[in-house]
Amino acid sequence: MSQHQLVVQRARRSFQTGKTKPLEFRIHQLKNLLRFISERRRDIADAVKRDLGKSEHGTELFETLVLEGEINLAIEKLAEWAAPRPVEKNLLILTDEVYVQPEPLGVVLIIGAWNYPWAVTLQPLVGVIAAGNAGIIKPSEVSSHSAKVMEELLPLYLDKDLYPVVTGGVSETQELLKLRFDHIFYTGSSAVGKLVMEAAARHLTPVTLELGGKSPCYIDKNCDITVACRRITWGKFVNCGQTCIAPDYILCESSIQSQVVDEIKKSIKEFYTDNPKNVEDYGRIINQRHYKRVIALMEGSTVAVGGDSDESQCYIAPTVLKDVTSESKVMKEEIFGPLLPIITVSGVDEAIQFINEREKPLVVYVFSHDNKLIKRVIAETSSGALLANDCLVHFTVSALPFGGVGNSGMGSYHGQHSFDQLSHMRSCLIKQLKLEGVNSMRYPPHTARKLGWARFLLLKQVNLRRLRRMALLAMFAGLAAFVAQRFLRRR
Amino acid sequence: MDAHSQEVDRLRSVFRTGVTIPEEFRRTQLTNLISMIKENEEHILNALHEDLAKPKFEAILSEVDMVINELYYALDNLGGWMKLEYVAKNLATKVDDCFIRREPLGVVLIIGAWNYPLQLLILPMVGAIAAGNCVVLKPSEVSAATGRLVAQLIPKYLSQDCYTVVSGGAEETKALLQNRFDHIFYTGSQNVARSILQAAAVHLTPVTLELGGKSPCFIYGEVNIKAAACRLAWAKFFNAGQSCVAPDYVLCTESIRDALLSALREVLEDFYGKEPQDSPDMSRIVSQRHWTRLVDLLRNSNGKVVLGGESNEEDKYIAPTVLVDVAEDDALMKEEIFGPILPIITVESLQQGIDIINSQEKPLALYVFSDDSSVVKTVLEKTSSGGFCSNDGIVYMTLPGLPFGGVGASGYGSSHGRWGFEDFSHRRACMLRGWALERLNGLRYPPYRENKLSWLRWTASPKSCSLM
Repeated sequence: MSQHQLVVQRARRSFQTGKTKPLEFRIHQLKNLLRFISERRRDIADAVKRDLGKSEHGTELFETLVLEGEINLAIEKLAEWAAPRPVEKNLLILTDEVYVQPEPLGVVLIIGAWNYPWAVTLQPLVGVIAAGNAGIIKPSEVSSHSAKVMEELLPLYLDKDLYPVVTGGVSETQELLKLRFDHIFYTGSSAVGKLVMEAAARHLTPVTLELGGKSPCYIDKNCDITVACRRITWGKFVNCGQTCIAPDYILCESSIQSQVVDEIKKSIKEFYTDNPKNVEDYGRIINQRHYKRVIALMEGSTVAVGGDSDESQCYIAPTVLKDVTSESKVMKEEIFGPLLPIITVSGVDEAIQFINEREKPLVVYVFSHDNKLIKRVIAETSSGALLANDCLVHFTVSALPFGGVGNSGMGSYHGQHSFDQLSHMRSCLIKQLKLEGVNSMRYPPHTARKLGWARFLLLKQVNLRRLRRMALLAMFAGLAAFVAQRFLRRR
Repeated sequence: MDAHSQEVDRLRSVFRTGVTIPEEFRRTQLTNLISMIKENEEHILNALHEDLAKPKFEAILSEVDMVINELYYALDNLGGWMKLEYVAKNLATKVDDCFIRREPLGVVLIIGAWNYPLQLLILPMVGAIAAGNCVVLKPSEVSAATGRLVAQLIPKYLSQDCYTVVSGGAEETKALLQNRFDHIFYTGSQNVARSILQAAAVHLTPVTLELGGKSPCFIYGEVNIKAAACRLAWAKFFNAGQSCVAPDYVLCTESIRDALLSALREVLEDFYGKEPQDSPDMSRIVSQRHWTRLVDLLRNSNGKVVLGGESNEEDKYIAPTVLVDVAEDDALMKEEIFGPILPIITVESLQQGIDIINSQEKPLALYVFSDDSSVVKTVLEKTSSGGFCSNDGIVYMTLPGLPFGGVGASGYGSSHGRWGFEDFSHRRACMLRGWALERLNGLRYPPYRENKLSWLRWTASPKSCSLM
């Protein structure tokens, strides 16, 4: 038996003992995870700095802050999430208990990504633990320093059998995917997403796929372009553009293109000075391969801002490309780098058409003061999410499901959505062996009379709300009549 | 480009025009479906009888009425389901509009099964239409009469632009699956499910799988054996055991077994008379192939037949049959029975029964018969299954408030009521920010500073809301 098989088997055996069922156990593990993040802040920040050139504050802001919020929310709400959920009944079942009981699935495989190696790998883990599952954590080998730290330190805080960290590259992941899991949670590219789903098919394993795509950003010519561009600049160049929900490209009318370029240039300077290379808050491309890939994307496009690079450091300056067309190289794949192409369109109609000609993205961004326009974009496009007048921040609202649609993924998570996604919602009907007389309607031998009753009782949905309303109405009518009577009598 | 691709492309272009989005349109289609079923009840019952010798009573309860109920339920609730769902925010996003919008996925494929040929095709379709999708229906070729009827009726009652029926067998289905759908809803077996998933993976199409398994029925402790026998027999022999949620096998102690057998003998005679083959209320096996499969299972079993056991090939008839002394590794325990054969496995303790259940794949349904609520609770807590029902069989799936679906090898995703609507929808997270408070945003912009971070932590936390 391979090492991986042993690890998964151990996790499954441990799960089968039932130790993850009690909420106290799950909360204890979540609290340990919280402790891990706070006690190992330094180690985590160092690892991210080495992986992505991100500053310590950047790591706090974009990795640990988010994680801490999710863990605290899960701890606070777990009892509520895990409780049986009541359901409406029909006439025959009125005296029985009917509810949906969230239950753990079993052993979940988490395949993390390298761009936010901690947030994207551990945030699903919060859901895994909260829902009472065991979890095999497979961080991305591309963010190798983070993977190493996770492998070394996480077992010091979490149950070693239930939440092991498994490291390795493509071939190790392929081996792992041959094994049977009860759910696979994958964050990464659409291409690999297909392979994960195919592997999962063998065991009929459900999957959550958090993929990517080209998230468009439409700027209405009548909006406050300064504010819009500042927000877009922030959203784009955080993590050097290596964010699945980064605004990938801009769509705007040609009349505002130069203003947009100017404003973005101003914001870049405000955030990263004239020399982003020397600024701690501006990151690096993860590795040579991606560096080369992003540089190649610039080919054939006009650089309006930035454009400089340094291969030895995997540094690419915050760059804006103008007069880009749909044929340009930079429009052929998700950029995942600090290149911001601007494509001019004749207005929102053409923008919507442009967006719809492409695969459904993770996010559609629209900047406008006109609510009608925003509503049109919502109604006429499809995407994982839609954010108007800002970038990225929908990620922080845990009540919003975070996920894709079509090529950008399936399933969602964050907050309670994580819990629900990683649970099985088991339908429960608790009846008694009484009232057998009523049941006899449905037994053979079948007669027309029995059929009539059965049709009425067994299946007709009782709208309890309507019944209650009618009962309430009747009660009020009775009360009104009573009061009126007494009032009249007094007179 | 083959005929199927043309159909799918056509539906996709229609979907893109947005015609299926307005609530009015969806209501009209759902109402038309009600008319379709009500106006053609006789034809439907005849087709079902041709396919499965389904007694009119069963057909009405489990096919016609179930679908009509689902339709009324959808019509009653559609407005609520379609509403925007506003969600809780943190302080940093307090003045913004945050909501979840349910949106259709696009063109969805529903592959039906032969055991409840109308219900398993049209009931999911209700959810798909309610969610605003275009639908391709693929009825099972095994229940050919119902398939033909559906192919005939759907274009008469529903918009031909948005909904279409594709007929055919395994080859046609394979060809159909080469196309890109935005969701696939499949009811059937695990083997076929695997190939569907593989086809879906190519296009990253999400799937709902309603599969099967061996749904155990555990009878333990204090129990009103007569009532239990009635409900068990009803659930087991309905549709001649060809229900994905039929109790597949029984687990009980020796003493209960003896009482159960005599109760079952009585009940079966009450239900079907002395000769079940002559009773109009006893269904038949759907095909020769399945009949042979079941008869072979019986022959290969090492259990002892104590009730029934008779069969007739020409009539595709198998009598309601009960076996005892069935071991865990018996032929009858190797696959989902899907027929009127009920093996009884004797256990000595509650734990032994639970162990047997847990040694098998997670089933679609799990039944416990007991007057002792602690027994019910223990089994519920120590096992996993799609659904759970104590002291009755099948009926839990008639409640549209409950999600109907499997877990593990019995499937994933769910249907019925709101659950079907959600499965066929995309929950799009929407956030509409204001233009003001740009200074507050300044907290997050580089250059990053420690004091900015502390403010941000506070405004982003959910607790900060409670202060407001």
